[in-house]
Amino acid sequence: MATTLAPVLSAHWDADRSWALETYEANGGYRGLRRALSMQAADVVTMVKDSGLRGRGGAGFPTGMKWGFLPAPDGGPRYLVVNADESEPGTCKDIPLMMASPQHLIEGVIITSYAIGCHHAFIYVRGEVLHVYRRLLRAVEEARAAGYVGSDILGSGYDLEITVHAGAGAYICGEETALLDSLEGLRGQPRLKPPFPAVAGLYARPTVVNNVESIASVPGIVVGGADWFKQMGTERSTGHGLFSLSGHVTNPGQYEAPLGITLRELLEMAGGMRGGRALKFWTPGGSSTPIFTAEHLDVPLDYESVGAAGSMLGTRALQIFDETTSVVRAVTRWTEFYKHESCGKCTPCREGTFWLAQVLQRLERGQGTPADIDLLLDLCDNILGRAFCALGDGATSPITSAVQYFREEFEAGCHTPADALFPPQASALFDYTPRRSAALVGVHA
Amino acid sequence: MTITSAGPTTPLVPAAPAPVAASDAELVSFSIDGIETSAPKGTLVIRAAEELGIQIPRFCDHPLLAPAGACRQCLVEVWAPGRDGKLAKMPKPQASCTLEATPGMQVKTQHTSPEADKAQHGVMELLLINHPLDCPVCDKGGECPLQNQAMSNGRATTRFVDVKRTFPKPIAVSTQILLDRERCVLCQRCTRFSEEIAGDVFIDLQKRGAQQQIGRFDTDVLGFVGDVPAGAATLDTSGKPFASYFSGNTVQICPVGALTSAAYRFRSRPFDLVSTPSVAEHDSNGSAIRIDHRRGVVLRRLAGDDPAVNQEWISDKDRFAFTWQSAPDRITTPLVRSRNDDGSRGELVPASWVEALGAAAAGLRAAGAVGVLPGGRLTLEDAYAYGKFARVALGTNDVDGRARPHSDEEEAFLAHHVAGRTLQVTFADLDRAPAVLLVGLEPEEEAGILFLRLRQAVVHHRTRVVSVAALATRGLERLSGTLVAAAPGTEAEVLDGIVGGAQDQLGEAADLLAADGAVILVGERLAAVPGGFTAVLALAERTGARLAWVPRRAGERGAVEAGLLPSLLPGGRTVADGAARVDLAAAWDVDSLPAAPGRNASAIIAGARDGSLGGLLVGGLEPADLPDPALARDALDRVGFLVSLEVRASEVTDRADVVLPVAPPVERGGTFVTWEGRPRPFPQALVSHALPDHRVLDRLADELGVVLGLGSLAEVHAELDQIGGWDGARAEAPRVAGAEPAAVAPGTAVLATWHQLLDAGRLQSGEPHLAGTAKVATARISAATAAAVGVADGGSLAVSTDAGTITLPVAVTDMPEHVVWLPTNAAGSAVRDTLHADSGDVVRIAAGNREVV
Repeated sequence: MATTLAPVLSAHWDADRSWALETYEANGGYRGLRRALSMQAADVVTMVKDSGLRGRGGAGFPTGMKWGFLPAPDGGPRYLVVNADESEPGTCKDIPLMMASPQHLIEGVIITSYAIGCHHAFIYVRGEVLHVYRRLLRAVEEARAAGYVGSDILGSGYDLEITVHAGAGAYICGEETALLDSLEGLRGQPRLKPPFPAVAGLYARPTVVNNVESIASVPGIVVGGADWFKQMGTERSTGHGLFSLSGHVTNPGQYEAPLGITLRELLEMAGGMRGGRALKFWTPGGSSTPIFTAEHLDVPLDYESVGAAGSMLGTRALQIFDETTSVVRAVTRWTEFYKHESCGKCTPCREGTFWLAQVLQRLERGQGTPADIDLLLDLCDNILGRAFCALGDGATSPITSAVQYFREEFEAGCHTPADALFPPQASALFDYTPRRSAALVGVHA
Repeated sequence: MTITSAGPTTPLVPAAPAPVAASDAELVSFSIDGIETSAPKGTLVIRAAEELGIQIPRFCDHPLLAPAGACRQCLVEVWAPGRDGKLAKMPKPQASCTLEATPGMQVKTQHTSPEADKAQHGVMELLLINHPLDCPVCDKGGECPLQNQAMSNGRATTRFVDVKRTFPKPIAVSTQILLDRERCVLCQRCTRFSEEIAGDVFIDLQKRGAQQQIGRFDTDVLGFVGDVPAGAATLDTSGKPFASYFSGNTVQICPVGALTSAAYRFRSRPFDLVSTPSVAEHDSNGSAIRIDHRRGVVLRRLAGDDPAVNQEWISDKDRFAFTWQSAPDRITTPLVRSRNDDGSRGELVPASWVEALGAAAAGLRAAGAVGVLPGGRLTLEDAYAYGKFARVALGTNDVDGRARPHSDEEEAFLAHHVAGRTLQVTFADLDRAPAVLLVGLEPEEEAGILFLRLRQAVVHHRTRVVSVAALATRGLERLSGTLVAAAPGTEAEVLDGIVGGAQDQLGEAADLLAADGAVILVGERLAAVPGGFTAVLALAERTGARLAWVPRRAGERGAVEAGLLPSLLPGGRTVADGAARVDLAAAWDVDSLPAAPGRNASAIIAGARDGSLGGLLVGGLEPADLPDPALARDALDRVGFLVSLEVRASEVTDRADVVLPVAPPVERGGTFVTWEGRPRPFPQALVSHALPDHRVLDRLADELGVVLGLGSLAEVHAELDQIGGWDGARAEAPRVAGAEPAAVAPGTAVLATWHQLLDAGRLQSGEPHLAGTAKVATARISAATAAAVGVADGGSLAVSTDAGTITLPVAVTDMPEHVVWLPTNAAGSAVRDTLHADSGDVVRIAAGNREVV
């Protein structure tokens, strides 16, 4: 049986003024909160644990278990921090969700806060998406006016404040401890762990840090129950998830489907490859996950299967590249991103990405040497697992996987520029004059 | 320390007992490179490896700073038992500088793990790609952790053929500290030092990725009332020009050549230097230092490593202020003043030692009564020699080492509470103290290392600091301290008010001091407050807090132990105590010692003026440091015969009849006694024919026909050992009533003043880069007082007495009204010299008419 879409978070994105509170309520919004407030907080945690919800931010850590790591209440504050610093190349699920249906997130924040005993929740939004920041501010305002936020929420006696905080534009602040430092007003760089945020997070207090989509999925679980959620997805990767198709597909966009769907199925829904071209390579979960090729079209997109196939489900950011694309050029752009976004704290990531970018640029210009490919792999080996946080590891994934599948293209980089092998205008949707003419093939300017 | 003795007596200044290692901590057993070991729970793997003699390369790791895990150079392979008890390899190599050893852990360093070795080589290669490799011209070359570890744990050749990141060089963070960013490996030791240790966050990381760099911020953060350096400086993280007394430490802990000092930059190669361990002469902490010299010239000083005292830090003054010892005005030969034909004083003429000593002896013999003013910077050996010389060769108790405001009450306090009571309060006690009360003491200005140790106690052990002072300084803020405001002269009254159950701060302070282990630290400035020492003794008795005296100069405590006070003999013996005099006379092999109490420094000055003293023997002191410099100069002018023992030409040598040159610390050995009472012996660093004071005094005594027996350090030490401490009666505690505060008429204010660490002091001369980091002299008054005299913040304030006027820019400060604070001896603010006034005196204040820039 072919998998079909499972719109939950995205069910009403097409409604008129979908972002407004009344639209959300008209479509069943805030039933979850009412139900949660009638339950014991611990039961809410149990319910989320039972649902098998795993973190939607990339790592896939069971959300309910994360909540369970908080130490017993000691009378002091504990915090919920929502990681809305979506910055990974290719990843574009949280920002559309917060644009189209911010109340999903707000309701999830209130339920989660209630469940973990938090009275002040923070939403850390990527600063560049000002429109989303405004929309969230408005959503909190609306929720407060309706009595969902503030003191004595819906007469339950439960109080909650929500602060929406705009980051200043750093990829590293998506790393949870760097996010906490940034939220505290410090330089956004990852913290030494332990202590983990569950023990000493924001302002050194117990803190839960969750992805937007994870939190937004909570109201549905509370309304539908753990079993409803588990009906979707696979045994160990339950529920629905937003699959963001981008790149060379006919209809790019958000496809909310049960985990375990395959790219082949998604591509069918998206109208196939653009212009009927052949799929060359794709990322299952953003640029930090090792790339896949056409041979992986039938890998079920759940945490276990993708892992078994040598990549990571990550953020389900499916960037699709067709046969006109130079893998060397794509990897070089990603690596330049990592070089630009490396926070600088640790040597492997800071210096390694700086060096990788230069080697890749050389290969892209067709000026590489055979030794450069081995150098790339050795540098990746010297970065992977040596960096302070996972971002250094992520920077190596596209390179090692690209060399694994397309080594001959890197070898071609020793004599032919990438734009000679793959003229950029071939991928363009419109008339395109490349900056560098194919006539320059072999002229290593 | 050689002053310890195998004999039955207690040494005069006993050496500190060896610190006892904490043994009650829970031990964990694990192995490194197959060697089984155990360490207290919480020990970092990199430390445990050091104990085994296994060196893991590192850059960001520093034992006195919090772990960072930034450089990733110290990666090791780790196996640890999992939940099932089975040993499992951690998937990634671990940074040993952040990893605590756990039971059963097996660590494999680069010596036994190819993975760890490759990881280290990989990180080293990455560190070097953006490093300029300019070792041949870099100051750090030859003593550079990066250079050394690149040799031991790096590849022989680089694979990097691409473009390096570069920066314009260097940034002058201050006149002293220079930053070459392209050399930096971003280990963050400097920023962590400034944040964690000194509390002066003057540099921080900025930008990111390979462009990340150490830099200064210029965002204007509100709420900072800062001290501004005299010289050009970059802005600190609060947007104000950076001012720190501890910035030199960042140069020393920088593991590459990124931070250098203007004073040493491009001056020498480390392998040309000869190092001599020594002790800093600038304050009473006795910081361990290392003197690096080449062909008889000192090129730099570094912090020594002494966990019991200065740990691995020193103040910038201790680090950079050493050129005074080789200043051009050094006196190199004895000088004897010629007599004009009419008998009046002529010029100073170089003379031989024989001639000069003969002239000095003849003059002193002819002068009759002679007073001795040895100054406050002496070693224990010199202080002892001055005291013995006065009592045995001159037959007088007219000797006083206090070249500063002093009182009889203070003398009684020192004799009663300080003399002979060494190491009763130590730096380690401050770490354990729940509360520390500061009275008449600004630790950052007057005892830099004490400030850092207090800050450590505050940060790590939540020690509460309370200060009785006229205003809360930035130093007190960084100690998270509480100010108990006291106008100068009212300190005794405030101290008497600290009783349990009292209102507000006073009651709270009493409660804090009542806690077990609380400490009161009292500065020398309390001498200017009648009843101050009486009140502080009563407070200590009332609350049970321990009390220690923290003088400013290096020689003050040694002088007390050696008996350089008119009523005090060595080891706490008093002049008034017949038994003590007999004891000492026997040791000194003389019939008797003078029994009449001597004159204190002020009385000696007065005696020299009025002719009751015919001669003066003066050591290293500046008349400008004395309570009334004009009076002192007049006394030096008038006195019948003046002998000066000095390192450099001074106002005293200008007036002296005989000048006997003496050696600065770098050219002789000796012992400073710290405020704790800890003997700090140091060796002679440079070859020199200059004589230390005790040897000059010994030879002068010879000329006077008295055998002093203090010709060598060994002789002095043997004699100190023989005399030992005193277990007889001690001096009585002072009982002086507090004085009524002076009435303050409109247009006048009570003067508050203390020395700043970097000022116009003579031991800092010849070091312009250091002088540039001193704070700009600023007067401070309260808002109401400023309004009353019509001065705005930043305006100009004229502070005057009949003697003179000091005009300074004014900083409106939260402090008691009708009080004006001035730095005692800053450039443009020589308080005693200009005003002939001191703390507690009433001065006139008015809007200044001088443009203040």
